[in-house]
Parts: sequence; structure tokens; C-alpha cells
Amino acid sequence: MRIECPLCGARDRREFYYQGAALTRPAPDAGEAAWDDYMHLRDNPAGETRDLWQHEGGCGAWLVVTRDTVSHVITDVVLAADAKGAGA
Amino acid sequence: MRFSGLRILREGLSGNKGWTGHWRDPEPKAEYDAIIIGGGGHGLSTAYYLARNHGMRNIAVLEKGYLGGGNIGRNTTIVRANYFLEGNSQFYSHSLKLWEGLEEELNYNVMMSQRGVLMLCHSDGQRDAFARRGNAMLAQGDDAELLDTEGVRRLLPYLDFENTRFPIYGGLLHGRGGSARHDAVAWGYARGADQLGVDLIQQCEVTGIDIENGRVTGVQTTRGAIRAKKVGIVVAGRSSQVAAMAGMRLPIESHVLQAFVTEGLKPVIDHVVSFGMGHFYISQSDKGGLVFGGDLDFYASYAQRGNLPMKEHVMEAGMTLMPMIGKARVLRSWGGIMDMTPDGSPIIDRTETEGLFLNCGWCYGGFKAVPGSGYAFSHLMATGTPHDTAAAFRLDRFRTGRGLMDEEGTGAQHNLH
Repeated sequence: MRIECPLCGARDRREFYYQGAALTRPAPDAGEAAWDDYMHLRDNPAGETRDLWQHEGGCGAWLVVTRDTVSHVITDVVLAADAKGAGA
Repeated sequence: MRFSGLRILREGLSGNKGWTGHWRDPEPKAEYDAIIIGGGGHGLSTAYYLARNHGMRNIAVLEKGYLGGGNIGRNTTIVRANYFLEGNSQFYSHSLKLWEGLEEELNYNVMMSQRGVLMLCHSDGQRDAFARRGNAMLAQGDDAELLDTEGVRRLLPYLDFENTRFPIYGGLLHGRGGSARHDAVAWGYARGADQLGVDLIQQCEVTGIDIENGRVTGVQTTRGAIRAKKVGIVVAGRSSQVAAMAGMRLPIESHVLQAFVTEGLKPVIDHVVSFGMGHFYISQSDKGGLVFGGDLDFYASYAQRGNLPMKEHVMEAGMTLMPMIGKARVLRSWGGIMDMTPDGSPIIDRTETEGLFLNCGWCYGGFKAVPGSGYAFSHLMATGTPHDTAAAFRLDRFRTGRGLMDEEGTGAQHNLH
């Protein structure tokens, strides 16, 4: 599996650290249910998903990767900093 | 049909024409007392114990593919009770006791082989941790023996004891651990359940869960609607999809775990051996193939196949520990869908929907749990109260933070197990 880092180009999966589903962090006072949701509960889709990866062995950038969990096909990679406004 | 030595002799002399199918292929009825979604190891053992321990005979197992076609047929078949934490410890201890009586119980040869599980340690810290774990296992009533380097050498002379980077300090031997034939476990429970009147319905995918006023009333399937007041979800890697039919989101991420098998060799590895300085464990099947595996690929996946980096790591770790296997040729590799919880321990619990029960989160350790899981889950489904051995497997422990069972001590967070 190769991931196309927007800054470095296509790199081997070994260079990347997988964080998990790209979720919107709740406000500190959002309450127990919202934080339980954020910390533990997952849609866990069989199909398209958006994950957070870090190009740990490269530029260090955090990325939002749109990926198919059944086929492993990656359709989109954007910088998490750019995606933040879009709710990641 | 019962298996016996005499029967085999008779069939052998009469052309093996008297063997019959192991289970019926019934049409689904309109209503059952209980439905189990998922015809894998855990689902089939649940059905068996519901019938055998709780006298529930009007029950069905619904399987979207064929019986035992999921993780029960694609794992590395290790059986052990070497857990450390309260909650896990008594559960796996109970499950191992069930394994020890399983063949007589089911009248089925599951090829249970208590060849010993040996976990190796490579530092003072690891040895201390194993001493502590061994004490916990003894306190639970199971067996554990701490070996020094010479003790390991006597058992496994073929390891690379000269390795300067990862010296072998010793190991923790769990003599009652071992392996069993994975398919036979599923088939044995299926046959046992069928003989007790359980309907095993294959090619029947659940497409919806019917809920009225907070109570489950049945399921929708590709073979029509079926009513039931009790429904158990036992679908491993697909737990999130099935639970979503009941409006639930689970603390589960599905990951891929790979395993490998070589060509058949003469007997060479007598135990189950796990490396302590990399993710690698190995045993040899009765057919002669070396069966080995490692860790997750560490990203969410339903592909049932993994990627090359983890293959490389597993092969490297194997060669580091036992260079003698280098000439064995790998025949196959495969991947299973692991239902990972944040703390790495399972869930056997009620849900907010009355009559709907959940059994999932077995992570990469579900095989050894098959008897204990079915035993405990059937108890919960039949009586409404958790079985003593599985009372800690609560769904709400992540929300409350109480009773987390983080066996690895890395933190109760999704990407850490």
C-alpha cells in the first residue's frame, strides 16, 4: 500500500502512522456522551472511510486519507490542516 | 450418528456407505424462542450451550455464508489460559477447562493437543513480568512454569541462543495450552447443536433487526422475516454493521490480522512458541505445515488480506528466533477481520434494546474463547444475568472507565491494541 502525501508524493505505507477515524474533536465541556462517542464509538464502515494518518517517517504532516476498507483503494489524501475547516 | 472406534471399523469394512450428514439443512420457521446471528465458532457454541445447558430447543443460528466460514476457519488455532487481569483470567481458565472435555462432550475429534505454550522473554524486565503473570495464572488455578535459558534450551534446542541483540533469558511455559483443529471445533458444535434440535440456517443474511417499544421482536433476512423475543449478535468483524441495524454504534474497529502456513514438514516444532521481541508465534499442524502469525496490520480493514510490511516483519522475527525455518517455503497467507475493542478485551453483554444481546470484541484472540464464550453468552441470553466468568465483559466499561481490561497495559484507545 502506498499513500500519496500532498507534500512528499507517493510513499510506502511503512512511512505512515495510523491514528484511526478522522473525527471532529468535541468541545472540552461537550459532556460524557460526546466524549464517549469521540473516544470509543465508531461507524467502522465496510467501504469508504476517512482516516487520520501521520507521515511519521517523512515530512511529519497529519493527513486525512479517504480509503476503501474492503479494497484498500485510496481515493483522496489531503493535509489535516486543510481538512480541519471541513470538519475533520 | 455417533462416532466410535467400532463404528469406524464397521464402516471401513462396508465401504464407508453408512456415514450421514452432520447436520440438517432446515427451512427457517416463522418464529423461534431465540435467534443467534452468526454461524461461526462463538455463534455455534452459543447455540449448543443454549440447548444443552438451558433446555432451549426452539432456536436458530442464521449464517449469511456457510457454517464456520469466517474467522473460525482462518486462525492459528492456539488454545491457552495465560491471561493476567481479573475478569479475563477466570474466563479463559473456564474456557480451557471446557476445551479439555470438549471431545467427549461433543463426541467429535477436535484434535485438541495440549502441547504447551511457551512465551519467550529476552530481558530482565520481561522475565519479571512473566514471573508475575505466571503467579497470576497459578493463583487462578491454571499451570505456569518459569524457565531459565537452560530450561528453554532443553525444550527448544533449535532456537538461536547466540543472538546478541535478542538473547533468550527464559520463558513462561503453560503446559495445558496448545492447539486444536479449528474447523472441527465449528463442525463439532454445529453437529451437537443440530442433534439437540437447533436449526442451523445457512445462506441466510440478516438485513434488519425489528424493534418495537424498545424490545426486539425478530429479524429481517434474505430468506424472509423471522420472529424471536431474544436475539444474539455474534458476528465478530461485522459487529458494527449488524449492530447498526439496531441503531447502535459500537466501540469496535475492524482490523486485518494475517497468518501464514508453510509446506508440510516432518515434525520439528513440538510446542506453541512466541517470540518476545517482535510479533511472531508459531506451531506445527498435524499435517506438518508450520502455522505462524504476528500482529495486526494496524489500519481498519475488511479486505481479509494484508499488506507486505507486516509479512516482512513476521518473517524477519521468525528468522531471528529460529533460523532453521528459513528453508521452509510459505504456501499460503491469509487475513481475518478482527473486531478490536479499545482495551483489547471482549464484550458479552445486554444492549439497551430488551432481548437483544451482544457478543463481540474478541480482537485477535477469539479461537481459544469459543467454548467459554458460548457457555457464558448462552447463560446471559437464557437467564438475563451474566455468567460469573464473563461478568466483567461489559459494554459500558469504555463510557464509564470502570473495569477496563487493558491486558497489554498500553492504554484503552483504539489504535493501541
